Amino acid sequence: MRWLRKISLRFRSLFRGKAVDRDLNDELRFHIERQTAENIAAGMTPTDAQRAARIEFGAAESFKEDCREARRVNHIQELLHDLRFGLRMLRKNPGFTAVAVLTLAIGIGACTAIFSAVNPILFEPLPYPHANRILKIWDIYQGKRSDVTFHTYREVAQRNRSLEYLSVLEPWRPTMTGPAEPERLEGLSVSATYFRVLGVALALGRDFNPTEDVLNSPKVAVINDGLWKRRFGGDQSIVGRQIILDGDNYTVIGVMPREFEDVLAPSVEIWSPTQYDALNIANRNTAEWGHHLKMVARLKPAFNTEQARQDLASITKNPVPDFPRVPWASLRYGFIVDALQDDVTRSVKPALLAILGAVMLVLIIASVNVTNLLLARAAQRRGEFAVRTALGAERSRLIRQLLTESLLLATLGGVLGVVVALFGVRALVALSPPGLPRVNAIGMNGWVFAFALGVVSIVGLLFGLVPALQASRNNLHSGLQENSRRTAGGQQITRRALVIVEVALALVLMVSAGLLLRSLQRLFAVAPGFDASNVLTMQVQTSGHKFDDINVARRFFTDALDAVRRVPGVDVAAFSRQLPLGGDPESYGAQFEKDKPDVGYDVFRYGITPDYFKVMHIPLRRGRLLTEQDGPGAPVAVLISESLAKRAFPGQDPIGQRLHVGRTTIPWYTIVGIVGDVRQTSLALSDSDEVYLNESQWYFADDAMWLVVRARGDAMALVPSIENAIWSVDKDQPIVRISSMEDMLSKSEAERHFALILFEAFGIVALILAAIGIYGVLSGSVTERLREIGVRMALGATPARILTLIIRQGMTLTVIGAAIGVVGAVIASQALVTLLFGVTPLDPLTYLGVIAVMAIVSAIACWVPAWRAARVDPAITLRSE
Amino acid sequence: MSKPTDLVQGTLDLLILKTMAAESMHGWAIAQRIRNVSKNILQVNQGALYPALHRLEQQGWITAEWGESENNRRAKYYSLTKDGKKYLQREEKNWDRLSKAIGVVLRTV
Repeated sequence: MRWLRKISLRFRSLFRGKAVDRDLNDELRFHIERQTAENIAAGMTPTDAQRAARIEFGAAESFKEDCREARRVNHIQELLHDLRFGLRMLRKNPGFTAVAVLTLAIGIGACTAIFSAVNPILFEPLPYPHANRILKIWDIYQGKRSDVTFHTYREVAQRNRSLEYLSVLEPWRPTMTGPAEPERLEGLSVSATYFRVLGVALALGRDFNPTEDVLNSPKVAVINDGLWKRRFGGDQSIVGRQIILDGDNYTVIGVMPREFEDVLAPSVEIWSPTQYDALNIANRNTAEWGHHLKMVARLKPAFNTEQARQDLASITKNPVPDFPRVPWASLRYGFIVDALQDDVTRSVKPALLAILGAVMLVLIIASVNVTNLLLARAAQRRGEFAVRTALGAERSRLIRQLLTESLLLATLGGVLGVVVALFGVRALVALSPPGLPRVNAIGMNGWVFAFALGVVSIVGLLFGLVPALQASRNNLHSGLQENSRRTAGGQQITRRALVIVEVALALVLMVSAGLLLRSLQRLFAVAPGFDASNVLTMQVQTSGHKFDDINVARRFFTDALDAVRRVPGVDVAAFSRQLPLGGDPESYGAQFEKDKPDVGYDVFRYGITPDYFKVMHIPLRRGRLLTEQDGPGAPVAVLISESLAKRAFPGQDPIGQRLHVGRTTIPWYTIVGIVGDVRQTSLALSDSDEVYLNESQWYFADDAMWLVVRARGDAMALVPSIENAIWSVDKDQPIVRISSMEDMLSKSEAERHFALILFEAFGIVALILAAIGIYGVLSGSVTERLREIGVRMALGATPARILTLIIRQGMTLTVIGAAIGVVGAVIASQALVTLLFGVTPLDPLTYLGVIAVMAIVSAIACWVPAWRAARVDPAITLRSE
Repeated sequence: MSKPTDLVQGTLDLLILKTMAAESMHGWAIAQRIRNVSKNILQVNQGALYPALHRLEQQGWITAEWGESENNRRAKYYSLTKDGKKYLQREEKNWDRLSKAIGVVLRTV
């Protein structure tokens, strides 16, 4: 029962504090009255009696405090008191509060937003059970990761001992027709075990059956929640329904859960088994021997990744007669086996870490600014602290109060910062480059809030501690004197050191932004090999079984091209199987007649119509361009790119030489000309082995072709008429991915551009904050030294000299900060190396430019306080002592 | 405390509790009683008395109630709780043991 009583007492002391205090006063007053009465009874006069009683009672306040202490709720009461006091102080200084809270909000908000974007990619595990047991397996070509072939997959599936489930996947873009208008869907062609590899159960219906992954078996499909709601209205009877994809009947057998995220293909809405021919392994000229599949697997419970690697290595090193291999899928270099988590994030990890580091710098700069503000305010409150210390406050009490105030400030900044972060996250997602993984998982969730809370606490404690320690250490004597110091003191040193740190960090950020800017400039200065101006592109797809007849397909594209040519405003038009910098590169193995059979090249195959070069302005170097005469029945003529010519035929003339592209069982192709290189995958990479031949001479008809149109004026204005022209030939064929070639070009550098935008934002914020910091410190310094300046002027210093004095003080800080910053930037820019192009991390132009900007901005920041100092009237300042 | 006898906190608690054992009293009366019974040797300072009373209340050995005093003024009356009584008995025994031991050491050494 004792503890119950104790708790109720504590409660009463805590919540009914005033009542408890009143009781205490009454109790003590009663005691004094009795003592007075006794004194009177002993013979004293009433006044003396009362006085004596009171004196004997001692310092009432002091032991009221002891009583309160005995009630042991002091800490909580003190905390509440500190909070109330802190809030009052913040309200009384709205300017200071606004600046501090805003600065913190920017720092904390930016940090939180970036963290919420980076968290799902770098830190959170993939949204699958035991996601660290899912692997990605790559073949190796020319030392780099390469897709696998179907027969390779089958061999591994049959012979492995360490994998529970194995699956391949590749993009699939069927056109859904039916009562509504035709729609081209983003889909994935997968093995029957795909969802088991991921470990995800369906929300409706059932998973694939291995029997459904066999050639010519009935076609089935699984759709995702979004497609189900969008096209089928969330119809519960969707399972078993028939839909028509590319003219074939598919049965919908299941629907994925709403929160399912396919990290391997985030925008995919429909999955279906690949149905490759497993038995035809001896025939080398099939799609099953092409490298166009990605492979994923889930480990067996008893195995780890390293054991799986060894298991697969033993497979690759020991071919068996059941699984004969072709030379281009010999597996002699083995496999690369990664955890899927690492694979998904591999390309973006360095850049994201750099961005995370950069935003932390912004946070530090913001905190430093607020610390300086607090130091300045603490200097003003010296009198207050001196009085409190004289009244008996312990140093720890003062520190506690100042820390409470700074945590309060940090919390206010944090709350506003979360609001900033909400907008920031939305902006990030909108700006994010298409290749950013796990975009769907970016958002404010529990972890992000926990991170924000952690940041707020650490920041609040850190920037509170410095002024708290300084303020509470103060010298009572000088503190109680309200006049300005005669000379600068130790506190100034801390503030100056902090400003130097700020300038250094701001310089690091600005150098990073500058390097990225220059990289992008250099990138876009790279000649892509073609002329993108006034060219528009769109992808035209044929779907439906009527196009299985190669002639029907070719007829469609020919008629469509004729119709497009007749559209007014169109200069030249052509079709091409793929586009430079357009994503989705298509490559085949090429074999030259003059080489040994095992020497092959990976080339980008361009199936085109002859006007392609006229549209794209790709120059002819030697020989001739393709014409309509290079058609079906005629010997196949190809053009090769310059770099391929140099590599395959050093010192020789390639014209007239012969080669195979892809299939080797058909007659040789003849090289009739050499054209200029184009950049294929990226402006930064010079992989330009291209082979061009007329689409009509290829051995099958591609189902999707890019239409490129050069217009006489603005190309995009012609889009509706061109679409109508195509649909006038066949209105059921989808047209997608309409964009100008210039847009496509700039989108090809979307990642770098994204990073640049972020770094520019950080750099600007950092620069402004550093400038404010310099201004603040100098202002404070001038205010403190008013008397000294007055003395100097009275002794004969001109305003110009004072001006120079103050400016020199400020610029010294800048110079030291810049020097440290340069060193820091040299180190930090190593983190950006993967993003840079054409500039070294030590690019002198960038550094000089940044230093110049910093110098100008800080000179401006120094000007105002210096001007104020120069206008000091010594008569006034000296008199006001 | 008045010199020369200086009371340690624990001992003061013991005196206060013992004084209150028979009936509930207010702080003034407790101080008076101790002074009278010890013939003015032990004079409890108010600065020590009231913090001690509040501490004992916090610890649950005594409980307080507001009532009317002899001269019809409002006063706070303290009384022992059951736990307090047990605590008092324990502490009295400890004190006996301690003082006997001190006595032995002082006489023989």
